[in-house]
Amino acid sequence: MSVVRTLVLWCPDWPVTAAQLVDGTPAHLPVVVLRANRVIACSPAARAEGVRRGLRRREAQHRCPESIVLEHDPGRDARAFEPVLTAVEAIAAGVEVIRPGACALAARGPARYHGGEEPAAERIVEQVAQECAVESQIGIADGVFAAGLAARLGRIIPEAGTPGFLADITVTALGRPALVDLLRRLGVHTLGQFAALPAADVLSRFGADGAWAHRLASGHDTRALAIRQPPPDLDVTDGYEAPLERVDAAAFAARALAERLHDRLAGHGLACAQLEIEALTAAGERLRRTWRHDGLLTAAAIADRVRWQLDGWLSPAARPGAGSAVGRPTAGIVRLRLSPGGVLRGLGQQPGLWGEPGAETQRAHRALTRVQGLLGPDGVVTAVLGGGRRSVDQSRLVPWGERRQPDPGQIQAPWPGRLPSPSPAVVLPSPLPAAVWDASGEVVRVDGRLGLSGVPVRCSLAAGPTVEITGWAGPWPVEEKWWSPSQALRQARFQVSLADGRAALLALSAGQWSVEAWYD
Amino acid sequence: MAGLDAVRAAALMAAVRDAGRHADVTTAQESARAVLPVVAELSPLLPGRGLRRGSTVAVAACPGPPASRPGRAQGGSAPGGSSLMMALLAAASRSGAWCAVVGLPAFGASAAREMGIALERLALVPHPGPQWPTMVAALIDGVDVVVAAAPTDAAATVTRRLAARARQRGCVLVPYGTWDGADITLRVAHSAWQGLERGRGRLRRRQVAITARGRGAAARPREVTIWMPNPAGTVAALARPRLTLAP
Repeated sequence: MSVVRTLVLWCPDWPVTAAQLVDGTPAHLPVVVLRANRVIACSPAARAEGVRRGLRRREAQHRCPESIVLEHDPGRDARAFEPVLTAVEAIAAGVEVIRPGACALAARGPARYHGGEEPAAERIVEQVAQECAVESQIGIADGVFAAGLAARLGRIIPEAGTPGFLADITVTALGRPALVDLLRRLGVHTLGQFAALPAADVLSRFGADGAWAHRLASGHDTRALAIRQPPPDLDVTDGYEAPLERVDAAAFAARALAERLHDRLAGHGLACAQLEIEALTAAGERLRRTWRHDGLLTAAAIADRVRWQLDGWLSPAARPGAGSAVGRPTAGIVRLRLSPGGVLRGLGQQPGLWGEPGAETQRAHRALTRVQGLLGPDGVVTAVLGGGRRSVDQSRLVPWGERRQPDPGQIQAPWPGRLPSPSPAVVLPSPLPAAVWDASGEVVRVDGRLGLSGVPVRCSLAAGPTVEITGWAGPWPVEEKWWSPSQALRQARFQVSLADGRAALLALSAGQWSVEAWYD
Repeated sequence: MAGLDAVRAAALMAAVRDAGRHADVTTAQESARAVLPVVAELSPLLPGRGLRRGSTVAVAACPGPPASRPGRAQGGSAPGGSSLMMALLAAASRSGAWCAVVGLPAFGASAAREMGIALERLALVPHPGPQWPTMVAALIDGVDVVVAAAPTDAAATVTRRLAARARQRGCVLVPYGTWDGADITLRVAHSAWQGLERGRGRLRRRQVAITARGRGAAARPREVTIWMPNPAGTVAALARPRLTLAP
């Protein structure tokens, strides 16, 4: 079996680049990616400061104190590499992913098409740079192993020159720490020296893996490429010559498109739990919205969501101010694209043991999803109770249809400082200003030892009239996240009941009184 | 064996229920389904002792900061509208009904939970925007109880249309705030907190007097006095002073 001429595309510091692509971490600053407290990648700026792979976190931060430290996320790396693979596949067929950040392909095809290995390599690097804004290097040699080493140097090794190229490289490149350590102690320091040993002796001394390493070192990397199967393109797109202006026409188009998407998913044996709808208008506006669903979307459910969304975009009534980032488009829709998300194997949904969830539930779901179509996914929410000391923190609003975390209604964790029931019925999302005075007309203050400057007698809440205080209790202090200046919260809370029958939860923070909630 | 019996009984129940639905046999069951339950303390206020499907049961909100009039409020409402609205929903929500609250961004979920509302069947639409009648109408189509905080300048035609839609769809519409033409309007006439003194204690419970006024079967005004909330955050009846024989 002959050695295949292989081209390896290598993106330097891929975990750093991936963090920039996915999370927007600035890669031109010193960035360090750690796994198990060891540096596994760093940005050029960090390297210039002396950070190296394998350092401990403490040592890395000692050498470069201003570095941004990230945890290694293999999922992030793989996700960010997908566009690069797509860009390479646009030029050359049959790509093997070695790991996120490096891929290999047979050099013969692109080289013949582009008139030489060098032009082909240039073309691929250029394509990747243009499509994904990612810098990469290419190495071409005989076999994946040698090509990978060549890629780090950005070299094209001429045919039959591979053993000579490998001869001067240290044995560390084999990536087998135990074997490398042993070879070193035996006085074998370069791949050339290792390759010079008789193959039969290497096999008997180092076993099968050692024999394979010996073949790599001597440039006989005959392993065939494990070419990846490009993932199926599940998006469905449709263009319309006459722009869709009316809701009924759009609904008709939506139904056909939804059927196609469902058929395509079913053809691959898949189902989706998320749907992204994108529309392009004649005026060039791009509208996009993602729908989530707690369960799998059927053809009818996909069609409904697309119709509701188009209804929300096209009907003149739909223009909610809050909760929607998208205004009404100024022209008809000329292009629609549906792309499924949260794709999983469609095994068919298991009906409940006692039959389907009730008809009432389905009716309610439809109504709420309909309102979401008009207001956007954040327009309809459900409250999930959680921990927290302040009333505002105790409930979290989750968009309708998203998974509610297992209801921590029976919150096991103690929250010292939490107010006992009854809870306030009106919890203001943002506190309202207030003022509390003592008998002499001075604003009441609290000192560092929670001593009051005077007895609260009168107050004016939410810019209302001045009212007598009939009862009050406090101060009950809250001091949270003092270690983080931006999130720190230090306040003293009071319950007050007023002469007009109202009762409120007040907070005093940095000398400012505010109304947190009403006991309405 | 007992488990198997329970399974059989459940299956039989389902069959009976289906038969009842199709053949319209049992009027008692039908009427039970036509009225959503409310907590026992509030039931004397409502005709049918529950929320009749298709009806409009308004809850008056405390209109801004009321003038300093301790004790009974004339015409206006005392504080407590939010708690009353939650208490009205609690039993229906616990029995499996779906509820939606439109236009109340400051809805206190913890208080609702304490009152007994099942939060997983409660949808909130905090900011319905200028098209709130459309949102309320869409919710009326699918949800059992819809609480709608209408803006003060809501047109009478809009409110009438929504009430008619609720009647047609068998949904209980609970307008919160000003609303003309409701079947029943519940109002907190008087409320007084207990447990908080000058510098000590905490808010423990509140005694409220709730009045109901309405049309038709509810024309006669009714009033109850209860604890809302009690120290556990729920609704409780006032304990009658118990008379005991002197020894």
